[in-house]
Amino acid sequence: MAAPMLRWGCRGRRWALACVDGGSCHRRGAPTGSTSNRIRGQSSVAQQPLHTAQKPRKGEHKWAAVVGLEIHAQISSNSKLFSGSQVRFSAPPNSLVSFFDASLPGTLPVLNRRCVEAAVMTGLALNCHINKKSLFDRKHYFYADLPAGYQITQHRLPIAVNGSLTYGISAGKECGQVIPKMVRVKQIQLEQDSGKSLHDDLRSQTLIDLNRAEGQLRVDANISVHHPGEPLGVRTEVKNLNSIRFLAKAIDYEIQRQISELENGGEILNETRSFHEKLGCTVSMRDKEAKQDYRFMPEPNLPPLLLYDATSLPTGADPQQVINIDQIRETLPELPSVTRERLVQQYGMLPEHSFTLLNEVGLLEFFQNVMKETRAEPKKVTSWVLNIFLGYLKQENLAVSESPVTPSALAELLDLLDSRTISSSAAKQVFEELWKREGKTPGQIVSEKQLELMQDRGALEQFCYSVMKDHPQVVMDVKKGNPRAINKLIGLVRKATLNRADPAVIKEILEKQLSS
Amino acid sequence: MLGQTLREVSAALKQGQITPTELCQKCLSLIKKTKFLNAYITVSEEVALKQAEESEKRYKNGQSLGDLDGIPIAVKDNFSTSGIETTCASNMLKGYVPPYNATVVQKLLDQGALLMGKTNLDEFAMGSGSTDGVFGPVKNPWSYSKQYREKRKQNPHSESGDSDWLITGGSSGGSAAAVSAFTCYAALGSDTGGSTRNPAAHCGLVGFKPSYGLVSRHGLIPLVNSMDVPGILTRYVDDAAIVLGVLAGHDPKDSTTVPINKPLVLSSLEDVSKLCIGIPKEYLVPELSSEIQCLWSRAADLFESEGAKVIEVSLPHTSYSIVCYHVLCTSEVASNMARFDGLQYGHRCDIDVSTEAMYAATRREGFNDVVRGRILSGNFFLLKENYENYFVKAQKVRRLIANDFVNAFNSGVDVLLTPTTLSEAVPYLEFIKEDNRTRSAQDDIFTQAVNMAGLPAVNIPIALSNQGLPIGLQFIGRAFCDQQLLTVAKWFEKQVQFPVIQLQELVDNCSAILENEKLASVSLKQ
Repeated sequence: MAAPMLRWGCRGRRWALACVDGGSCHRRGAPTGSTSNRIRGQSSVAQQPLHTAQKPRKGEHKWAAVVGLEIHAQISSNSKLFSGSQVRFSAPPNSLVSFFDASLPGTLPVLNRRCVEAAVMTGLALNCHINKKSLFDRKHYFYADLPAGYQITQHRLPIAVNGSLTYGISAGKECGQVIPKMVRVKQIQLEQDSGKSLHDDLRSQTLIDLNRAEGQLRVDANISVHHPGEPLGVRTEVKNLNSIRFLAKAIDYEIQRQISELENGGEILNETRSFHEKLGCTVSMRDKEAKQDYRFMPEPNLPPLLLYDATSLPTGADPQQVINIDQIRETLPELPSVTRERLVQQYGMLPEHSFTLLNEVGLLEFFQNVMKETRAEPKKVTSWVLNIFLGYLKQENLAVSESPVTPSALAELLDLLDSRTISSSAAKQVFEELWKREGKTPGQIVSEKQLELMQDRGALEQFCYSVMKDHPQVVMDVKKGNPRAINKLIGLVRKATLNRADPAVIKEILEKQLSS
Repeated sequence: MLGQTLREVSAALKQGQITPTELCQKCLSLIKKTKFLNAYITVSEEVALKQAEESEKRYKNGQSLGDLDGIPIAVKDNFSTSGIETTCASNMLKGYVPPYNATVVQKLLDQGALLMGKTNLDEFAMGSGSTDGVFGPVKNPWSYSKQYREKRKQNPHSESGDSDWLITGGSSGGSAAAVSAFTCYAALGSDTGGSTRNPAAHCGLVGFKPSYGLVSRHGLIPLVNSMDVPGILTRYVDDAAIVLGVLAGHDPKDSTTVPINKPLVLSSLEDVSKLCIGIPKEYLVPELSSEIQCLWSRAADLFESEGAKVIEVSLPHTSYSIVCYHVLCTSEVASNMARFDGLQYGHRCDIDVSTEAMYAATRREGFNDVVRGRILSGNFFLLKENYENYFVKAQKVRRLIANDFVNAFNSGVDVLLTPTTLSEAVPYLEFIKEDNRTRSAQDDIFTQAVNMAGLPAVNIPIALSNQGLPIGLQFIGRAFCDQQLLTVAKWFEKQVQFPVIQLQELVDNCSAILENEKLASVSLKQ
């Protein structure tokens, strides 16, 4: 039941962006579904200037959009933020509800240490300032799935503030180039989740599930458009977006809708909208009541949350009773931006390749495991992992963990290629065999299919001699100076050797024989 | 036997002079006889007898759990009790049976105490008379005491009959009446602005409010979370200390509780010469009855004559306490009452045209005017446009009030001595001339600031008034110096020798009294 809130804003290249102000921006209607332990973040992302759907006519202003995201992310923990009841996906409704979760009178919240640690870790990962003292507040509204009539959140002083996240977006021809970007994170706050309402229109009833442990990610997007250099526009909030794809679609739609509205002389209302997934558009939620006043109040049952670092840790403090920020920092895994930088430095990898490696779950680990076992060049490995391996995965819509080809198998295959035991095309053939999950090693496949490159130079010279003898016309062409004609001879020799000869060696032999 | 201290009766139980079941039955019989006092909302006879049976087995096997084993106790009906209806004297929670015990209740039961029942109060503890609950007002046992009756006979103006029975004070009036009428040895009250000390003063009892954070609130249905503490009502300071010893300590279910280093043991204070008693000058208000003022001053003299240093101190922000409390209390009330929406437990109206309509009607039917009035005020103070001007300001004032105490204690004062109430208990008919809000504001003036500062405080009965009614004084201690406070209180208790209430007549003639009380037990349920 805790959801921290990040607010991030990114600085566009040319625009000094005004981040949507927290106070005015943060506004929520009665939430619907939710999770049990949440981190909520807010961000505001300014976008590059946008053109209207048509190309701007002369003298027409360009538009810029400002986007702020309120991200509700469920904390991965065994029990809820303020109670000892479990968190488990797809548990039967209301089967994981403690007396506190049901808001029985007299029950009190008890903060879950694991959730605090997760929030601190998230804050560190997002380059936030961690507040050594943070506070809990009550946010009031009546809703059937909010049994206490209020939600415990961090309104005044959240656990982490002022962070940033760097990321890349694909641009250029075929999106091959990656442009680094940064969003600012306004704050991260721990927040209790509401329950889930299931409306049964047929029977005119609403069913409530207080498990509160589903929907790991939910985003509310605040969007406005304005002319660069002019004050920010009126903002709308699109609520409860539960996938990245819908988030992007909703934002794109809303920006275009606002621009056309304004260009046609209309005005933008400060309202809550929802995204219609089938129609791909946003629709006004027509808030039943006008503006809600949440009547925030300090949560009196939770003392201020105090965090420590190595310098402020009280001597003799029981480690079970305190949370040490420095200790959490030490357990932080390498962050993606650092990993990407390392890949570029260590392997001479293109930045865009480093992004691709990190964007696919498990792909980096796969790559690194191949690297550990192969003699092949990093460039070769990168190319195979990103082009061939990833291509096969995508084609069959598989996750890295579901791959039929192990890192060891690929490493062995790349070694065979590196030692010129097989040709590149033979390697691809071996890979295809490996993908069939027949339990054979690359070495076995190579020998069964007789895919080894011919190492016997004498035999190869014999093949070349035969081909030249059988194709005098082509030989004549070469001698006449047609540079492409030799490729035809090479192709013929390869065919004769059942693709087992190294084209470079063939070429060398042919040239020698032709010039003799 | 029923008038003995906890230790005495505990010794009697150990020696087999009386069995827990016998003791339990004596109390149950007295509860029935004094039913017209309306002290109990629920009498848990079966539970108590079963507990007594188990206690008896332990005593037989020589495995007594301690001083509280087999001791009848009562619990205010705003503490959750597993399997026993917990109503807060409100329509809203009629029929609500909690599935768990409040930590304090559990701790008492774990010590073998016998739960006699749940005691009456003002609805959701909002009041200072125990007159504003849905089960009707609580009557002060002193109304029927020999001491009071005899004085009244001497007064030619007094009317005969029972129409001018006295209030107990509140909101823990049911617990006070229950202890005062000997139906139990100790009772739990709650204290947010004086709700334990005020009825203790009016009923001639020790009413102890522990430091905030010393005793768990888990299971106490809240009024003001930042000020609520479970209170202890007993006839003797030692008894309160024994109960506190059981209740005090960190509770993982209440994050505001703190661990205690050593067990609470009350020693007898022989010498008060090293003690410094502070007399806050702001507590001398014109509304204070001259009798109480006089007793207050005599108490100060007593300390001085025994060698203690008695000094005047100033708590300059005292006069802001009432208005500050009003804002903070109603704001938290508005928030805490939000959960009573009729969906999951408690009262639900018949209207089902929409969820909103159901909320509105449920809450209108479930809460009395006092509760609704406080919810309305509280929500007003919490509105975005008012928050800074009211809530935040009140919080700042609260800090100033708390600092007043800190400064006084830093000046060398060990314990403050003040009145507990402005006057002795008043007749019900007089009490209800004023509305709840006016009454609460008047009656809490000496007790409320203590809650804002989280300090321990105790009412100690000092003497009977000219009318034969109890008058108490309040001692206020340093935060978490509860033991020191009770030690001083114990010394004082010994000096003043407050008389025991003489209820024999009441008990003997209870049937006659009952006949005169047509209305008294109408809403009583057992």
